[in-house]
Amino acid sequence: MKDNGLLAAYRVLDLTDESGYSCGKILADLGADVIKIESPRGDAARRLGPFPSGVSDPEKSLYFISYNLGKRGITLDIRTPKGRDLLKRLASQADFLIETLPPGTLDRTEFDSRLIIVSITPFGQSGPYCNYKGSDLILMAMSGLMSLIGEAGRMPLRVSLPQSPMWAGMYAAAGALVAHYYRQVTNIGQHVDVSMQASLLWALANAPAFWATNRMAPSRGGSHITGRSMTGARMRAIYECKDGYINFIIYGGKAGRRSNQALVEWMAEHGLATDSLLKKDWNRFSIETSTQGEIDEIEGPTARLFLQYTKAEFLEEAFKREMIGYPVANARDILEDPHLKDREFWERIDEPMLGIPWRFPGIFARFSQMAPARLRPAPRVGEHNSEIYERELGLSPGDLARLREENIV
Amino acid sequence: MSAEPRKAALEGLRVVEFAVFAAGPLVGKHLGEHGAEVIRVESQVSPDGFRVHYPPFKDNKPGLERGGSYALFNDQVLNVTLDLKQPKAVSLAKELVSKSDIVIENFAAGVMDRLGLGYSDLRRVKPDLIMLSSCNQGQTGRRATQRGFGSQLTSMSGFTHLTGYGAGEPPVLLYGPYVDFVAVGFGLIAVLAALDYRRRTGDGQHIDLSQYEAGIQFITPAVLDEQVNGHIQEAQGNRDPNAVPHGVYPCEGEDQWCAIAIFNDEEWSAFCRAAEKPQWASDMRFRTSAGRRAHENELDKLVAEWTSHFKARTVMERLQSEGVPAGVVQSVPDLFSCPQLLHRNQWVKLNHPEFGTYEHEAPPFILSETPAELCRSSALLGEHNDYVFEKIVGLSGPEVQALKEQGVIA
Repeated sequence: MKDNGLLAAYRVLDLTDESGYSCGKILADLGADVIKIESPRGDAARRLGPFPSGVSDPEKSLYFISYNLGKRGITLDIRTPKGRDLLKRLASQADFLIETLPPGTLDRTEFDSRLIIVSITPFGQSGPYCNYKGSDLILMAMSGLMSLIGEAGRMPLRVSLPQSPMWAGMYAAAGALVAHYYRQVTNIGQHVDVSMQASLLWALANAPAFWATNRMAPSRGGSHITGRSMTGARMRAIYECKDGYINFIIYGGKAGRRSNQALVEWMAEHGLATDSLLKKDWNRFSIETSTQGEIDEIEGPTARLFLQYTKAEFLEEAFKREMIGYPVANARDILEDPHLKDREFWERIDEPMLGIPWRFPGIFARFSQMAPARLRPAPRVGEHNSEIYERELGLSPGDLARLREENIV
Repeated sequence: MSAEPRKAALEGLRVVEFAVFAAGPLVGKHLGEHGAEVIRVESQVSPDGFRVHYPPFKDNKPGLERGGSYALFNDQVLNVTLDLKQPKAVSLAKELVSKSDIVIENFAAGVMDRLGLGYSDLRRVKPDLIMLSSCNQGQTGRRATQRGFGSQLTSMSGFTHLTGYGAGEPPVLLYGPYVDFVAVGFGLIAVLAALDYRRRTGDGQHIDLSQYEAGIQFITPAVLDEQVNGHIQEAQGNRDPNAVPHGVYPCEGEDQWCAIAIFNDEEWSAFCRAAEKPQWASDMRFRTSAGRRAHENELDKLVAEWTSHFKARTVMERLQSEGVPAGVVQSVPDLFSCPQLLHRNQWVKLNHPEFGTYEHEAPPFILSETPAELCRSSALLGEHNDYVFEKIVGLSGPEVQALKEQGVIA
């Protein structure tokens, strides 16, 4: 038996800007009725590219569409008293409200105590930096992640596609659902204070452990992995191949032994394995005490081997040979991956603004009790004003016309 | 009418983890932070990789209880040991699951089935079980059984390609197994949504989470750009199509940097004011964002020259006081003294027999009525065998003792 969505019973008001879109998107993926609320002029983030053919159009921002898919959309100027009043009426029919306004803008006490209010801000609702301005770059810096990305001695780097809004939106959805569980037991709602800076901390993986354990500062190694061996050995992870790059390293443990042995056998097929590699007993190899000399000996022939294969060929060989490694894929490689086709991952959605139905990433996990929801396209500015204000909130067409004239809707 | 308020949001839930490294265990830790009772099943025969293979180890001395990464990912969790190669251990595991709500596992696809602990086995003992299976590429599809780690999967999920200095230089790593942690957040969401569904319908379910597919959620605009425009997005260093200047600039001291991001003309004027550079504000080349874009290299040099005279924190404070987005490129040690993170009690110091104290990481969200409580540092291998097998499974002390001697609880 399949439900039409695990969260189909709930309504979400989404007052976020681009720093929080993904929270509502995730809840919509799970079947919730998410209403995106924009200012009467539309979200400023509708001006963020990329656009089809590079032509700016607020209804065609690929960024906006990516993370507002599955939501309905209305406009409302919440800075006016009438607008705030309408917001309260909308909230009285909602279960969650997600917002990214500056701390203190929204007064929680004006809303029903059952409502779960999720606030996403760069640094959190209080504290010395709570009024600091953020942006993806600023948060990637302040989270410590940038200090770990890039070559040693050169400038630290961020990912060239904003990541902080994704981490924050994801943890905001998680926080909302923890609060929801509590509400279903106690009937008490709560405020979820999400810091974008803090949301990125888990992107640092185990880096904080080096400080917490030994007061050691982990550092960036560019295309090399650091911190794997107590000898301080650096290990190349990014190798050039015929049509791009491959990410491969030597591992310890049982899976590592199998992978390392397979690598040497593969080298041998090409006459690239040195005598000492052929004789190496991987059962006695331990990554945590490996030396730079040992690592370098493996690196040279590995580089020569991978140059003879494409990314796709490497992936197939690695799978067949039980080796631990994957290609450095770009968006096209991902779109062409037959494994994702096997899993029917992609969802074709008819975005009227984009012409033909494009493939969007399917839901983030498969649930045995839920057929993947077929998401509605991202809303145009004010697309569902009549549907929601008149039919669901009960305003008359005259009321709505007046609100439009007053520029509130 | 409200029921009696409770202390922790997820109190009363019990979770069993058959999990390794980070992608599985951290989901359990997050549930434990809000009051769920989380029990990790490990074994002496094959302890977690973070206990044995990977630094840091306390004082650089390896040891089962000295792994720093293990400590970071496993607080708030109880630990039992079962040698699952033994049939008796499998049936004990099933008894434990029958008294629990959630199972989390992150082995390669097929491993749990071979152990006799697959979803179809476990739902027989616990019909409304919620089970999260998280693995590299999901439970189905041609490469379902491929073994791999997040450090490489981060590359297949598209992140590495988007990270680098640009202009034909090779990509760089995002430090660690970035995508594992994306999968952790989505795994947590999936379990919580399934809990609500169970409350409403009485039905449990199996969740198949592909870490690869979870990662792709984070690069959706690049996937659309490729289809709509045939454009493959590339790494751009720190440049941004919507802001200029936009980058990190060197500051006083070694490897000290401040990030600055200027999105519009107001921020540009504010920047010139904060930097006390009226000549930049009046420079016609920099008046509009198109002008700043056309002279970006020059502008970057000017800004870098200015920032290099100050400490990174000073640059941040001066710019932020004028409303300009700026932030120190904090190092990992900086995070442990960052006033904002300290204000949020981001690091919670707890005692541990081998580490002395260890600073555990609190969740990124704070709940107003039921904030997370970090009260238990990572457990020793098998530390809770007696409690779990006696108090939860219901064996007697002598029975547990015998099972230990037989190498079942081991």
